[in-house]
Amino acid sequence: MEKEKGIGRFSRALAFLALLLAGLAVWNLCVGSARFTAAELFRLLVSPDGGTNGRILWEIRIPRIVAAVILGGALSLSGFLLQTFFANPIAGPFVLGISSGAKLVVSLMMILLLGRGIAVSSWGMILAAFAGAMLSMGFILLLSRRVRSMSMLVVCGVMIGYICSAITDFVVAFADDSNIVDLHNWSMGSFSGMSWGGIRVMALVVSAAFVCCFLLSKPIGAYQLGEVYAASVGVDTMRLRIALIVLTSVLSATVTAFAGPISFVGIAVPHLMKSLMGTAKPLLLIPACFLGGAAFVLFCDLIARTMFAPTELSISSVTAVLGAPVVIWVMVRQKNSGRREERHG
Amino acid sequence: MAEPYLYTEHMAVGYGRRVLIDDISIRVARGEIVTLIGPNGAGKSTILKSIIRQLALMGGRVVLDGSGMENMSGRDVAKKMSVLMTEQTRTELATCFDVAAAGRYPYTGHFGVLGERDRAAVMEALSLVHAEELAQEDFSKISDGQRQRILLARAICQEPEILVLDEPTSFLDIRHKLELLAVLKEMAGERRAALILSLHELELAQKISDVVVCVRGDHIDRVGEPEEIFTDAYIRQLYGIAHGSYNANFGCLELAAAAGKPQTFIIGGGGSGIALYRRLQRSGVPFAAGVLHTNDIDYAVAKSLAARVIAAAPFEPIDADAYEEARACMRTCREVYCTLSGFGSMNGANRRLMEEARELGSLREP
Repeated sequence: MEKEKGIGRFSRALAFLALLLAGLAVWNLCVGSARFTAAELFRLLVSPDGGTNGRILWEIRIPRIVAAVILGGALSLSGFLLQTFFANPIAGPFVLGISSGAKLVVSLMMILLLGRGIAVSSWGMILAAFAGAMLSMGFILLLSRRVRSMSMLVVCGVMIGYICSAITDFVVAFADDSNIVDLHNWSMGSFSGMSWGGIRVMALVVSAAFVCCFLLSKPIGAYQLGEVYAASVGVDTMRLRIALIVLTSVLSATVTAFAGPISFVGIAVPHLMKSLMGTAKPLLLIPACFLGGAAFVLFCDLIARTMFAPTELSISSVTAVLGAPVVIWVMVRQKNSGRREERHG
Repeated sequence: MAEPYLYTEHMAVGYGRRVLIDDISIRVARGEIVTLIGPNGAGKSTILKSIIRQLALMGGRVVLDGSGMENMSGRDVAKKMSVLMTEQTRTELATCFDVAAAGRYPYTGHFGVLGERDRAAVMEALSLVHAEELAQEDFSKISDGQRQRILLARAICQEPEILVLDEPTSFLDIRHKLELLAVLKEMAGERRAALILSLHELELAQKISDVVVCVRGDHIDRVGEPEEIFTDAYIRQLYGIAHGSYNANFGCLELAAAAGKPQTFIIGGGGSGIALYRRLQRSGVPFAAGVLHTNDIDYAVAKSLAARVIAAAPFEPIDADAYEEARACMRTCREVYCTLSGFGSMNGANRRLMEEARELGSLREP
């Protein structure tokens, strides 16, 4: 029957993503300033010896890979939720200015606190980023009531992003010199310098958000058909909307807090996953988006740190080069499929 | 009268804080079709949106199956009521089966996985709307009319006891309009569902409804059976028709007659004159029609389209008064047409009129 073929396709696609992710992780482990052969890698993984290579692997590469996996998945998932929420295929945390809002508040907090010699914990960073994300989200929500067109909403989001980035640059210019290097690196987006402590925090937050999303996949699926229909089959649309706003903000805030703003993953990956899976059902797409986002970001990070080694590219430059064409493709396809106007009630 | 399955008690509806229509009492029993009609913007959709709780009530309450809807959970309502509204549904990579299956939401488990019974219900609903062959098609790639049928299947497989439909026939061609109404009849008939819907097409409303509710801007103007509502005069009044008229027997609209002194006289009857009446009306030529018995089908149309109609009492030969009136009128016209191919004992006078026109030289071939 048709359906069984479909289920086979889904599990094959998910298995493919998992294998891809594992392969990329191994590749990432081997490649870099110090290159490892498979045998060396195996030895270092099984019995870390405390030598330089072991430290590179355990203190630098593995944390970086784990962070890229967690944050890449989170980013792509938040993009999927935003696209569902706004019924807008080109919505994402970066283009709607949510990442930039998070960046702004985090920068402000860092400058204020670091200037006084107070260290900021991972939780503090996430909290600040969440506040910033909610701020941008609030503006976007206000605008979305007035702006009916999908592309206009995205333009507004991009503008909010610019405003937030401009203010960030402005305050960074007036910050103490000692903080700037750190802040500058971070605000460009990078996975370097991840600590195991930070990873524990991000793993906790992101997995909690992921589980919540997965549990909400049934109402999210109903919501994809439109708010009125969702309500008519018994979805509490008000509560679902709030849940979606909070979840997307938490996810993109966590990413921004640890790795800075990262562009285009949130839009590109969910679309690639929809094409791969041949469906937009949240029950299947939520795990697929997470795996796909993790693999995509892992690949981008590999390019970012090895292409012009020892100089490292900002992760956003790589994700933009790979992700933006996908977005253009999506927009062209949207126009071609002949979008219909809203029917009035 | 049957026990109502849904009724409204002093319901007031509107947007924001502004009350549009106050003190609405609508009742619909199972197996009954209640139709809202009225001009554009009269508030039909507002009433339906308020019933399904898309809009908050401004006052009063709605009672569904014996309990007030204000206290019911979304899931409880969803198991009794399904809707088909005008809101556009956009999907990505969803098959028609997927969209229709959304109606099973209240019955599936936490992750919404369809069981055997759910699949059967979806397929049954799809076959009821004649859309089984669309099941595996992409919902975003089918026509508006097909989409409407899939959405109706979605509402049906929700196994509702009441269906609320806002202008379900828009975007459908005549064949699919008829099919859709047949499905609604079946829902009300065999499945004993209560139906409440709004319609633009009066001729359909007249044929399908058990009760018609006339919505008019700030109040419910009338509630009654189609026979009470669909009269020429009332429909003209409800819709404020100033140009043209509504023919209740045919359920159709006629444009306004070309006014002025008749230039053309048509001797017709038995349906033979209608095509010519319409042609002259389109060209804007004022004409007179005669002599028509008042039970003649030509009479009903001529009354709307002719500048002057000369009528005779039914079932009787044309009386002398009518004949003389027609003669006088015919003599003032430049052209006379006779659409009749034969004459009988009742309309002998029309034969004499035709012969006279021939003598006058004003008779033309139709």
